[in-house]
Amino acid sequence: MQAKFSRKKITEAVTGYLFLSPWLFVFIVFSAFSLGYALYLSFTDYNLLKPPVWWGWEGYARVFDNDLFLTKALPNTFKYVLIVVPIQTAISLVLAFAMDQNLRFRKFFRTVFYLPSVTSSVVISLIFVWLFAPQGIFNQITSLTINWLDDPKYAFYVIMGMNIFTTSGTLMLIFLSGLQDISPAIYEAAQIDGADPIQIFFKVTIPMLRPVIFFVVTVGVIGCFQVFDQIFVMTKGGPLDSTTTLTYLIYKWAFRDTTIKMGQASALAVILTLIILVVTFVQRRVIEGSGSTTQ
Amino acid sequence: MSALTSNQPRNIRNERLLTIWGRLKTPFFYTLLVFWGLVCLSPLYFTLVYSLKPVANAYIPPIWWPTPFTFDNYRTVFESFDLFPRWLYNSAFIAVTVTILRVLFCAMAGYAFARIEFPLKNFLFTALLVSMMMPSVVTLIPKFLIIGPGFIKGGIDVGPFHIPTGFNLIDRLGGVILPTAIEAFGVFMMTQFYKSFPRELEEAAMMDGSGRWSAFFRVVLPVSQTQLITLALLTFQGEWNRFMEPLVILRSPENFTLPLGLQWFRGEYYTLYSVILAGSLFNTIPILILFFLFQRYFIRGIATSGSKEG
Repeated sequence: MQAKFSRKKITEAVTGYLFLSPWLFVFIVFSAFSLGYALYLSFTDYNLLKPPVWWGWEGYARVFDNDLFLTKALPNTFKYVLIVVPIQTAISLVLAFAMDQNLRFRKFFRTVFYLPSVTSSVVISLIFVWLFAPQGIFNQITSLTINWLDDPKYAFYVIMGMNIFTTSGTLMLIFLSGLQDISPAIYEAAQIDGADPIQIFFKVTIPMLRPVIFFVVTVGVIGCFQVFDQIFVMTKGGPLDSTTTLTYLIYKWAFRDTTIKMGQASALAVILTLIILVVTFVQRRVIEGSGSTTQ
Repeated sequence: MSALTSNQPRNIRNERLLTIWGRLKTPFFYTLLVFWGLVCLSPLYFTLVYSLKPVANAYIPPIWWPTPFTFDNYRTVFESFDLFPRWLYNSAFIAVTVTILRVLFCAMAGYAFARIEFPLKNFLFTALLVSMMMPSVVTLIPKFLIIGPGFIKGGIDVGPFHIPTGFNLIDRLGGVILPTAIEAFGVFMMTQFYKSFPRELEEAAMMDGSGRWSAFFRVVLPVSQTQLITLALLTFQGEWNRFMEPLVILRSPENFTLPLGLQWFRGEYYTLYSVILAGSLFNTIPILILFFLFQRYFIRGIATSGSKEG
């Protein structure tokens, strides 16, 4: 009996691993090993032609010594995150709040708002390149004559605006489902206590939404730190490196430069990962720390 | 009582503000919705209008209506430029293959995590959660090396055996498919689903003498249809639009996906912007059709992604 039981257990374990095998394969090869290998590469000099050569912290030192990193990619990326994340969170929250009112045509608006999110990043970027061309529709409508994407003063803001526009739909849906999860009993209780709509919004709705806000901001931060497609299509990091971000710089060093720098690019990828980890952690503390805990 | 009287002036002012707000609320929200709706629709609308105008008119008004009207750009997409159909096929092939594989594999892995007892389960589940949070850019370079030339170029020689360390799939569709055939978020989503799923059905099937596998394929998979469709749609949308990985893996124009191809086409023929607009609609419209048909599932998938983290 005992033997039979353990045999059953072994069969169960084998079945379990068989069910898991496709994931295990991809996880081991493309996540676990890849992460380890990225760490290893970050300590090497590697240009694809010769095998990687260990050179310790040299790659990191070169990253921190690099002008493009220090004066463009790093500040640009932070600027991008600090502008895009708050605006897209605010717009999507306000839109979700409007959608949560008892208005007509809600389903129609929901569909329309989600349209930019289903369009591919490349396609929407190509469309924006054309809309914001010197003779493009945007200048025609506004009677301006700005060369948006060739001017270091404006190019980055066009990309930011476009990304706020494309992600707000998805984030709005997340907020909307969060709003609809708040029990009507809580609103009724607040009303009986004499709270006005503005008090209800700030004292009830926002605190109840805190986990969802955390999720939306986290997704936004992680996504914005890795912005790439739009920059590749619209400006290739230019004009005058004004739109070069960290992810674009990693790509440039690893795949595009005349001398390929896979080691140095890996060092930057590790640095970017650490930045994302730290920022996510700090932001969690800020969102959880602000106001009283409600849940 | 005294508290009430001392608060009165403030309350009256608040009252007044509240009546104003009560009256303006609905028009305000409608204006907001209509404004944002127009913002969302306009790029697509202008794309459609200008894709129906001659190439020479790519920057010429009127902007609201396609005059002069022509189908030439669509003709170019399908007749004169034979790479377009090729890109469409590549995109469809990658997206469909990845969707089928991922739905199946995620369901299998999710079922294993939720139902089957095996050693190291908790450790592996933690590993899954960690890999979900890892930014994808950190593994971009190793992924490229493993799919292509190998992390040790030329492989390793062990005695008479030659062991390659890469899949040699650069510039092949398989190289895009392989690392995305399963993905952590899908596994997590299916695990959560199967955890809340009644055991009785599959147990009844297993009592009949059929093993785990047939119980899984005959009972569990069909019953999880809704969840699988949601995962399939989100996967298809993501893969159909994916750019960065195909960009580093696919090299020759005939192997490009549609987004890659459109971007490349712009570089080569930047004067033919109307053709790009027409071509871009072939990227947008299939997703739009899917979205309209299965809106419920899309919205469910996105909504659950938010509440699960919370």
